Amino acid sequence: MTAPDLELDCRDLRCPMPVIELARHLGDVEPGRVVAVVAYDPAARVDVPAWCRMRGQEYVGEDLADDGAPRYLVRRSA
Amino acid sequence: MSNASGAGPADVGGGRPVDLDAASSTPLHPAAREVLVAALERGYADPRRLHRHARDARLLLDNAREATADALGVRPDEVSFTSSGTDAVHRGLLGLVRGSRRGDVVVHPAVEHSAVLHAVRWGARGVPVGCDETGRVHLGDLAREATAPEVGVVAVQTANHEVGTLQGVGALELPDDVPLFTDACASMGRLPLPDGWAAAAGSAHKWGGPAGVGVLLVRKGARWRNPFPGDDRVDERSSGFENVPAALAAAAALQAVVAERDEVNASHHRLIDVVRRRVAAEVPDVQVVGDPDARLPHLVTFSCLYVDGEALVLELDRRGFGIASGSACTSSTLAPSHVLEAMGVLTHGNVRLSLQRDATRAQVDAFCDVLPEVVREIRARVGL
Repeated sequence: MTAPDLELDCRDLRCPMPVIELARHLGDVEPGRVVAVVAYDPAARVDVPAWCRMRGQEYVGEDLADDGAPRYLVRRSA
Repeated sequence: MSNASGAGPADVGGGRPVDLDAASSTPLHPAAREVLVAALERGYADPRRLHRHARDARLLLDNAREATADALGVRPDEVSFTSSGTDAVHRGLLGLVRGSRRGDVVVHPAVEHSAVLHAVRWGARGVPVGCDETGRVHLGDLAREATAPEVGVVAVQTANHEVGTLQGVGALELPDDVPLFTDACASMGRLPLPDGWAAAAGSAHKWGGPAGVGVLLVRKGARWRNPFPGDDRVDERSSGFENVPAALAAAAALQAVVAERDEVNASHHRLIDVVRRRVAAEVPDVQVVGDPDARLPHLVTFSCLYVDGEALVLELDRRGFGIASGSACTSSTLAPSHVLEAMGVLTHGNVRLSLQRDATRAQVDAFCDVLPEVVREIRARVGL
């Protein structure tokens, strides 16, 4: 899996905060780079890909953060 | 006291909040009220006994069965009253599994009601089938999965309870020895039953009957075996003492709803079109989901990006509108709606709006008037 350029710690955040954090920080990386959202909230598994479709961003997939927490990877399109 | 200012609750419900959550439950239909009161007097006795009071109760129960059969276009001996729609789903589905000669695998859309999913988990092996972004399952996928070894039953809802999409159950073609169970709880009364099922289930409090009455339909000749302990009651497919007054009231409500549905459905379909159009146009970053046309007439679901579903429900309630939500934070399990998940649409900031039979354009417009401001306010709380 792609190594992210930025990892957002949303472990303690409830929906919709992980997606809000993603929206706030995607612009922190250059287009083509990857932002990771680390979140336990089960809604993130659905809402991060859904957000990517709505926003025309590329959902790369899901893997695990260093501590085993679910991590969702998004590549900035533009 | 009237409340015409924009800040307080909307005054379009005759001084009461507007209930836009008919898919969760409906008030008793006016046609059922007198029937219920009269039957509470006349229908309390044990319908199995032979004395006068008992015979009265038995007569009312038989009347309820005949009226229900007539309203649904089935035979009276195909109708059983159960203790709830959920109970009817469990009995209908698991009874076909128990009667199957092929096996205990149930093929079903991933977007079935949780009553179906719980029944499968409890007494069968499930093979979930995916859906498109409107929530519609591809019937060809179900038919293909149904030919696999050990598939005993295919279970498909008539319409999705959360997003309203119709599943086209009547067009499903299955192998001769694989019966179809259809969960018709979301549509019974509002829409005619589809063809092709061996067993079906409905729920009275969703069509204006009282709660605590489910309808289980089992086609004559279907291989259905009671999946639960038997009981020596009037009807071998259900158990426990019959709730005769409630069954009769449910039947009266069903007859009334069927009689008025052409008119009510046309009105609801137009009102929901208004909601779909106005929400999409007036709320930024919103996803209106479900099939826009092939849908339940009275129901629409949408999700607002960056909005907390619980805050949305509570703020709309404060403004005088009762709605349901499939967002995780509003559910007992703290998991997002499995329906929205299977569709791959946004689960947070979710609203399911469903019209009661007397819904008006003024109510719908009042809701659409306040929604953009409510969404803006909740987004502002997190600095958006």
